[in-house]
Amino acid sequence: MSVPVGTLDRRAAVKTLLADRGDLLVVSGLGSSTYDVFDAGEHPGNFYLWGAMGGAAMIGLGLALAQPKRPVLVVTGDGEQLMGIGSLLTVATKQPANLSIAVLDNGQYGETGMQLSHSGLGAKLDVIARGAGIDDVADIADIAGIESFRASLRDLKGGPRLARIRIATGELERALPPRDGAYLKNRFRGHLGFAVT
Amino acid sequence: MDQIAAHQDNATGRDWPVAIYRTLKDFGVAQLSYVPDAGHSRLIKLSHADASIKTTVLTTEEEGVALSAGAWLGGERAVLLMQSSGVGNCINMLSLMTSCRFPLLTLVTMRGEWAEFNPWQIPMGKATPTTLEAMGATVLRLDNPDDAEEVISAAASLAYDGDQQVAVLISQRMIGRKKWTTETH
Repeated sequence: MSVPVGTLDRRAAVKTLLADRGDLLVVSGLGSSTYDVFDAGEHPGNFYLWGAMGGAAMIGLGLALAQPKRPVLVVTGDGEQLMGIGSLLTVATKQPANLSIAVLDNGQYGETGMQLSHSGLGAKLDVIARGAGIDDVADIADIAGIESFRASLRDLKGGPRLARIRIATGELERALPPRDGAYLKNRFRGHLGFAVT
Repeated sequence: MDQIAAHQDNATGRDWPVAIYRTLKDFGVAQLSYVPDAGHSRLIKLSHADASIKTTVLTTEEEGVALSAGAWLGGERAVLLMQSSGVGNCINMLSLMTSCRFPLLTLVTMRGEWAEFNPWQIPMGKATPTTLEAMGATVLRLDNPDDAEEVISAAASLAYDGDQQVAVLISQRMIGRKKWTTETH
């Protein structure tokens, strides 16, 4: 029962993950994950969550089912995924081949004062994901692992997949994307070619 | 096959789940999610049998709220089926829908309001309309099977065209008393 040892800088990890993103669609989970995705580069194909804790993977699922020809990536934290842990089971039942989930795992709730999460207290998100029925699961601790995972995102027949990415603890300066939900929604849909009605 | 049979049914009286299904089809609903529920069982079966509706079983109702948001982001219309006991599970996730003005159409079978035998169902049943309204949702009632098409159609327009969160509460009276073959305690 201890904090998982991660050394990856979360900003560098997410920058690597989103490099040369092509037609990737991204949903970011509440808190630091949203800041990380914004910091990696503003993009209309990003949907940043500022609330809805526990909902990131399910938003990713609904999107992946609606857009089967686009790769969809959910970038979230251990705490956010833990709140919606059942959603991993639901994702697995649908086996969306174009959906990938990256869990930035530092074993702590960064946004609220670094309290230990269940992951930090011993729960293994990669094992849970496998148990839920997600077969392609990676436990990543270095940039090479992220690059390899990034390459797999383009395979629209290989998902669902989940990567537990071990990041270092510690607070970073916040990078704040727009908070207006209706704007973010319309921008995202516009990116996919849907007109604002 | 179920789908063809459903379209040939006369959607009145006990066929109200078929009327709901046909109305959802008319509105182009492409995703349906649900927590299993006896009152919705026929609609769930129709949905699973329909290859043009992606049907997803949930572990808890708020997953379906988030799923509906994701579907809309991707250009699809979704509907969420649940029982009144599940409404409480959705409260915070409804913030997502109001903050982003995402459409939400949820069809809620009521417990705790008509010939309810289980006292544990009553508190959430009683709180269902106020809970939904407190989170900004519009609440419509479906009390008469013959009104199914009209009410679901109105709710769907309000949701998908009006960008609103809409819950249709389906009367427990319509679903009928829960039948027990043997006395249980």
